[in-house]
Amino acid sequence: MARAVTPRRKVINTSLAWLIGLLIFFPILWTILTSFKTEAQAIASPPLFLNFDWTLENYGVVMERSNYARFLWNSILIAGGSTILGLIIAVPAAWSMAFVPSKRTKDILLWMLSTKMLPAVGVLYPIYLLFIKMGLLDSRAGLVIVMMLINLPIIVWMLYTYFREIPVEILEAARMDGASLKEEVLYILTPMAIPGIASTMLLNFILAWNEAFWTLNLTAVNAAPLTAFIASYSSPEGLFFAKLSAASTMAIAPILIMGWFSQKQLVRGLTFGAVK
Amino acid sequence: MGQIQLKQVTKSFGDVQVIPPLDLTIEDGEFTVFVGPSGCGKSTLLRLIAGLEDISSGHIEIDGKDATNLVPAKRGLAMVFQSYALYPHMSVRKNIAFPLRMAKMDQAEIDRRVDGAAKVLNLADYIDRRPGQLSGGQRQRVAIGRAIVREPAAFLFDEPLSNLDAALRVGMRLEISELHERLKTTMIYVTHDQVEAMTMADKIVVLRAGFIEQVGSPLELYHNPRNEFVAGFIGSPKMNLIKGAEADKHGAATIGIRPEHTDVSMSEGMWQGTVGVAEHLGSDTFIHVHETGLADMVTVRITGDIQAKHGDKIFLTPQLDKLHKFDAQGLRIG
Amino acid sequence: MATKASRSAARLMMAPAVVLLLGWMLVPLIMTLWFSFRRYLPLRGGDLGWAGFDNYVRFVTSSSFWPAVQTTLVIVVGVLVITVCLGVLLAILLDQPMWGQGVVRILVIAPFFVMPTVSALVWKNMFMDPVNGLFAHLWRFFGAEPVSWLSDVATPSIIMIVSWQWLPFATLILLTAIQSLDSEQLEAAEMDGAPVLQRFIYIILPHLSRAITIVVLIQTIFLLAIFAEIFVTTGGAFGTRTLSYLIFQRVLESQNVGLGSAGGVYAIILANIVAIFLMRIVGKNLDN
Repeated sequence: MARAVTPRRKVINTSLAWLIGLLIFFPILWTILTSFKTEAQAIASPPLFLNFDWTLENYGVVMERSNYARFLWNSILIAGGSTILGLIIAVPAAWSMAFVPSKRTKDILLWMLSTKMLPAVGVLYPIYLLFIKMGLLDSRAGLVIVMMLINLPIIVWMLYTYFREIPVEILEAARMDGASLKEEVLYILTPMAIPGIASTMLLNFILAWNEAFWTLNLTAVNAAPLTAFIASYSSPEGLFFAKLSAASTMAIAPILIMGWFSQKQLVRGLTFGAVK
Repeated sequence: MGQIQLKQVTKSFGDVQVIPPLDLTIEDGEFTVFVGPSGCGKSTLLRLIAGLEDISSGHIEIDGKDATNLVPAKRGLAMVFQSYALYPHMSVRKNIAFPLRMAKMDQAEIDRRVDGAAKVLNLADYIDRRPGQLSGGQRQRVAIGRAIVREPAAFLFDEPLSNLDAALRVGMRLEISELHERLKTTMIYVTHDQVEAMTMADKIVVLRAGFIEQVGSPLELYHNPRNEFVAGFIGSPKMNLIKGAEADKHGAATIGIRPEHTDVSMSEGMWQGTVGVAEHLGSDTFIHVHETGLADMVTVRITGDIQAKHGDKIFLTPQLDKLHKFDAQGLRIG
Repeated sequence: MATKASRSAARLMMAPAVVLLLGWMLVPLIMTLWFSFRRYLPLRGGDLGWAGFDNYVRFVTSSSFWPAVQTTLVIVVGVLVITVCLGVLLAILLDQPMWGQGVVRILVIAPFFVMPTVSALVWKNMFMDPVNGLFAHLWRFFGAEPVSWLSDVATPSIIMIVSWQWLPFATLILLTAIQSLDSEQLEAAEMDGAPVLQRFIYIILPHLSRAITIVVLIQTIFLLAIFAEIFVTTGGAFGTRTLSYLIFQRVLESQNVGLGSAGGVYAIILANIVAIFLMRIVGKNLDN
């Protein structure tokens, strides 16, 4: 709403919004600050806000001690692999639904969405059993597949809503101009949809990175990503606030930054295009 | 070459037949216009010729060769879309070059042709811009440029001017006509605007609900409309169609008289009425006459100016040799 | 509308996604259904034969069932009420002209991107720890006795943690919806003499109703399934065992697969009821 307001109102709005914003952000800020304290300073009473001796020691300890790198690498592989695999499967599907819709397109889309609503706990044991049978338990490949499957509906949906904004006439023009189906998708559709594809990738990377049901239940050591790494800090290490904070900061920092870039697309992706 | 023949072509979407069996021949080099109200199937017909839609039955031949099952790319036709359908992520140069690139032409030839097209269409100054930075008219020219570089057998235009403002539309109309004079290539042009049809066409195909109502030159359609629908559709302002007792006098179910074929007097004449609105265009005056007892409203067109105000009594006399007569089925008599 | 060639190409290109999701849905679903009718105890003899509806009956009649249902409802409804109410207010505030709007937005959204295990752990230890937690310091500062959050008031504490995680989602979607409100509508109402509160009730709230419905439905689906927040904080103790957590315990902790599967079927039915409403809205949106 581009309406003029009095300066006084603007000052009130600004201070109130900043106050609430900082309050909501505070737990994250506090975690980041604590990660730079020594263990003693972290539990000092009264708590220290900025007046402490900044140290990187905790990061060093966490890295050394708990094989942080392997958890991180697992997270990257699982989130990245499932996103790319999902995209390879979803782009053709979304192209079909957006540009060659049939009477059943809507039903198929809604059905895909409904698979996302299946409560994970309801199918936990069958998946667990299948994973054991196929030797996928605690393997990265297994998790890549599961993450891809649980996010596939969202990837298809997001791409579908982006593709639908591309006028079909442009693709028909390419067809008239002699482009084959492959050339049409490669030279016309994909370059035009790059912003949409990028935000789809980003959102799915975030969702896969943070997923904490399957990653906790289907991994043990080899394939465990950061979600499991943090969960292992529950206790007694949890009482070492500074190290816990350092580990947490390392687990959330990359995603926080990516998330801030993709906040606009988030709405569309998470509401399946129902709110734009 | 660019002769296109449709033989018993039909098109159905599900159970709905939008094009009943239809035969049509478009001669090489002809400027043919498909005209009709929206939903008459003219765009569908064009897309069938382009190959963007399958025909449900029948055959399409291009230059005597069966093209019914060819993909669009293989038909050697170029199309200009209503929304221009330019590739937004490519410069004007790349847009125009795209069909040549798809044809795997060598770069020197591509450059030569693109520069040629840009010169003809006055696009040289914009050649490195993106479509988003161009005005509507310029975009239209790029779309035409993309079509002409391929040297197609025929051009297909799908309401290309409907997104332009009125002044630009007249200018582009002339440009397309001039292009046709120069290239002498077959052109098929779809529009709902009968003025575009009249001014540009060698041959007009009037369509209604998928049926061809009449095929002919603009003046044939104007002078000898085959039925009431064509009579009402071609010409502006529209022909006055009169039913009832007055039509009976002429031995017809309906008579039609064009606004420009009616003489007007403030004192005497065959029909009497009251002036509703008089539209003064300077060169012409359109008078909408009510209370004639013939139809809700009779429109007349007078060259020059006439002093007629709302509510004035007015007398109309049709030029009887220009009268059109139609039978109960709406078909022309005599 | 297209040609036969492109239609068959489309079918081919859709096939992998459809087949994979169909497999992903049907195979475990059928297995769960099968198990739910078996006496199946992997560590105590394996599959011990047909059980009829015993598992279904046992799951519902067990002493943990109704408390779990209650906990689930309390958590879902509690989080929904908090996030929607605060979300509407926050969205309206963020829509006002101010300095640094972009930065505030980023601050408000941040919790959504925090891994559930991280947020649970950070809240549990650094804020709610009865000795060293920040709340304990705060309570002591005001001379009060620190609270043992996750044992004495475990369910409200979990509601608070989960609300913190989901408030950004609600705010973001409601903000997007508010921004699509035509400001001329509000100006027209102002010209008609409607005061602020009336404008909120008669213009803004109805405009938001669809977005609120979507927030409620989507959150419900996710909230019914919250796992990490309970797993990390209380492990289901202190009355925080939700229906999904109960099923999880039956299946993996006590390894009673038959019983857990019956519970899983209940959970699937429950989620489907919510999903049907969500599908209706999303489906309508597809038509235009």
